[in-house]
Amino acid sequence: MSGRTYRPEGIADEFTQGVRGGENQDGTTPSSGTPAPTTPQVPWIGWRGMLRWTWRQLTSMRVALMLLMLLAVAAVPGSILPQRGQDPAAVVEYLGEHPTTGEWLDRFGFFEVYSSAWFSAIYLLLFVSLVGCIVPRTIAHARALRNRPPRTPVRFARFPARASGTTSATPQEVTAAAEAHLRGGRRWLPTFRVDTGDGTVAAERGYLRETGNLLFHLALLGLVVAVGVGQLMHYRGQAIITEGRGFANAVVDYDTFESGAWFQPESLVPFSMTLDSFTSEFATDAVAFAQSRDFTASVTVTEPDGSASAETIKVNHPLVIDGSKVYLQGNGYAPDLLVHDAEGEVAFSGRVPFLPEDQVYTSRGVVKVPDVSAGLDQVGLIGYFLPTAVIDEDGSARSVFPLPESPLLVLEVYRGDLGLDDGVPQNVYRLDTANLTPSLDADGERVKLLLEPGDTVDLPDGLGTVTLGEEVPRFVALDLRHDPSLAWVLTFSLMALVGLTGSLFLPRRRVWVRSWTHDGVTHVEVAGLARGDDVGLQPEVDRTLAAVPGLSPDPAEPTPDPAPTHETKEG
Amino acid sequence: MEIAELSDLLVWAAATALAVAMIAFAVDLGRRTDERVEVKAQERVAAGSVTTTAGADAPAPVAGTDGVAEPRRRAAGIAMSTTWLGTAMLLVAIVLRGLAAGRAPWANMYEFTMVGSFIALVVFLLLNLRRDVRFLGAFVTGLVTLFLVVGLNSFHVAATGVQPALQNYWLVLHVGVAIAATGIFTVSFVMSALQLLRDSRDAGSPFLTRPGFHWLDRTPAPAALESMSFRLNAVGFVLWTFTLIGGAIWAEDAWGRYWGWDPKEVWSFVIWVVYAAYLHARTTRGWSGRRAAWFVVVGYACVLFNFTGVNLIFNGKHSYSGLS
Ligand code: HEM
Repeated sequence: MSGRTYRPEGIADEFTQGVRGGENQDGTTPSSGTPAPTTPQVPWIGWRGMLRWTWRQLTSMRVALMLLMLLAVAAVPGSILPQRGQDPAAVVEYLGEHPTTGEWLDRFGFFEVYSSAWFSAIYLLLFVSLVGCIVPRTIAHARALRNRPPRTPVRFARFPARASGTTSATPQEVTAAAEAHLRGGRRWLPTFRVDTGDGTVAAERGYLRETGNLLFHLALLGLVVAVGVGQLMHYRGQAIITEGRGFANAVVDYDTFESGAWFQPESLVPFSMTLDSFTSEFATDAVAFAQSRDFTASVTVTEPDGSASAETIKVNHPLVIDGSKVYLQGNGYAPDLLVHDAEGEVAFSGRVPFLPEDQVYTSRGVVKVPDVSAGLDQVGLIGYFLPTAVIDEDGSARSVFPLPESPLLVLEVYRGDLGLDDGVPQNVYRLDTANLTPSLDADGERVKLLLEPGDTVDLPDGLGTVTLGEEVPRFVALDLRHDPSLAWVLTFSLMALVGLTGSLFLPRRRVWVRSWTHDGVTHVEVAGLARGDDVGLQPEVDRTLAAVPGLSPDPAEPTPDPAPTHETKEG
Repeated sequence: MEIAELSDLLVWAAATALAVAMIAFAVDLGRRTDERVEVKAQERVAAGSVTTTAGADAPAPVAGTDGVAEPRRRAAGIAMSTTWLGTAMLLVAIVLRGLAAGRAPWANMYEFTMVGSFIALVVFLLLNLRRDVRFLGAFVTGLVTLFLVVGLNSFHVAATGVQPALQNYWLVLHVGVAIAATGIFTVSFVMSALQLLRDSRDAGSPFLTRPGFHWLDRTPAPAALESMSFRLNAVGFVLWTFTLIGGAIWAEDAWGRYWGWDPKEVWSFVIWVVYAAYLHARTTRGWSGRRAAWFVVVGYACVLFNFTGVNLIFNGKHSYSGLS
């Protein structure tokens, strides 16, 4: 085995150093004890040597450390620069504001940091390095698991923790008592692994510490694989539905749909869902006025086999259907609008989601009316829906509360060619007014139409009429997500947590006991050795001594004071 | 008076008590230095030593925590009792805040500051029950006083309920554990910073060997500071790992994905990696000791930035500071 050990839990190990003499801690410089045939000093080591040398470098602790530092640094730009995955609009805006630097940053993947080549390279190298360390260590540990505690040394003086005393019991009784104490009460999982000899006891505990460490690292590996597989197999769709309406779980029914490379459209279970009602609650106290307090969407889910069930979806409580989760991501009002054109024909009829822009649901929406009678100008409406409107002195309207207590719709009117026939996809929530003519009043101001539910008003410039429905339906934005790897991601995360805890807190200790009779008195000596710092070592030794029957502690040798410094030797 | 106002008042009172404690701790640190220098001088006379180098240059042979019959330390006594008092007042303030808001009192930056400070104090006091770590007192109470005053002046928001995304038992777990980790990292940061100072002084850094830094001799030796700091960092790291996992589990339900590289997630990850690097550095030849301690300093700087900078500068999903 090559000379490398990987000990993230951070303690130079006096045991392993003893057992595997000549090993380096970090493995970067193969020392004379390492049987490796090549060393860096040799001028030409051949391709195989080169490869081996590279591999050894890569799997060394020092390089792992560098890669960790790089990873931390590389993650930072993604929090400073806008990212496509999180906020594509912000990226476009940034590119508009910084054309040159933006272009360069884009070229190097700074707007998709976490999927960029360099970020991926760092963590992939890190994981290669990890595998290189973990595999040999796992094999070594598997062997070590069957090891017996090392034999009781002749002299105890060099050990950091010691205790001694005399007793009326015989050495055999001392040995038996110490052994029973060290093994502990559980037969199936002894605290210490214990060997006894003639008046001696040798005991060792803490094999699980290394096991925990390996578990932690292997779990991280599993985590990355699980996340990757999830990326490939997941899908996510968004749909806006209004009260009383529904959608079916099919790619075409989503407003936006996104999926991984291994996604199969057939894997969508064809259930359908109707929004029965949506309710929201808001704080009315002065301190947090209008802050949201509860959102509940009541839905009916119809499974492919025809069975229907009533369910609710709340924030924090997604609905799970056939292994997919449906989240309540947003909500608002979708006023029901009816537009008649100048000829009295119905040119538009439908619910239009108005997207809330603030805490009191001042909501903005756009109505595009392309289907006017032949020869007429197309009409575009832009406006705000105000759930609880008040009109200020200057005539401007604003919303003061998110619930529809006195709803008001304020619309501006445009006419001209909406440009919908060009075939260029358009955002349904935006009206490009560049080529449109606004309707103005006598003062040259834009006309503002005010509508309360049930109102019908004339459009200016003889364009027709617009009617706001009596009821203002609510809409919800639903997000459906399926990621088959979730359970694995969670399992590996928890395994990592358990492994980490074990590798940091399980003590690794050796304890030896020796007893002999001199002048009719039995003398007992106990010594302890731990891996690195271990506050509990001296108490462990003391407890072991205390387990000896008929004991009178030895005042001659004061036990080393455990409290102040613990300057246990470290690497 | 409203319960919420009473709570704020108590936080002010706690900050005052802790400021007093800080001064008393500082006085104690200074005094003990004098005593020590005298003791050393006497020792030297007794031993007939003729060395003339300043006693303070030599590293203290033993950590300053050994129980050799010490003279009574009045300043330290005052400091400890005012720290207990301040901590108790802070606890009451936190409980009242929770009552006023009708939920776990750690859902915004102000409350986070308050509870995180409390945890740092508790860690310090608990450590102190097991062994004498009063040398940390001036720094811990100083930092906490600073945090509380900044919290009251800059982060304060009125006590109230929370939006739907926060109405979840994960608020108690995820945020509670994050706070505990932050409190622990605060104390271990103080230890590592002292370790670095002490180490530089021992190595003869011209700045740190000036008389103003005598008090450093009263801190334990760098190796002892390092091993204490490590033990706390190990606990903090496990808690931080749980914060990330818990946050991800919660995000899966609240935001529709377990991880999305939101600024807070990015920085929590960066912190995790820095502390992981710290644990690795400790075992790497040439990196243990001083260099490893620098990771703790960097890691803690990231923790502070994650809390302040990320909440206030970046615009992410994780904007629960309550400040606008
Ligand atoms: C992977 C996801 C998450 C990570 C990594 C994460 C990380 C953190 C961290 C490190 C803190 C500590 C204090 C700070 O720096 O602000 C914190 C605090 C907090 N977290 Fe999270 N979190 C996650 C998800 C969530 C979710 C889903 C929610 C709620 C819907 C949430 C709510 C909070 C709140 C309310 C605080 C305390 C207030 C504050 O400091 O802003 N977190 N989180």
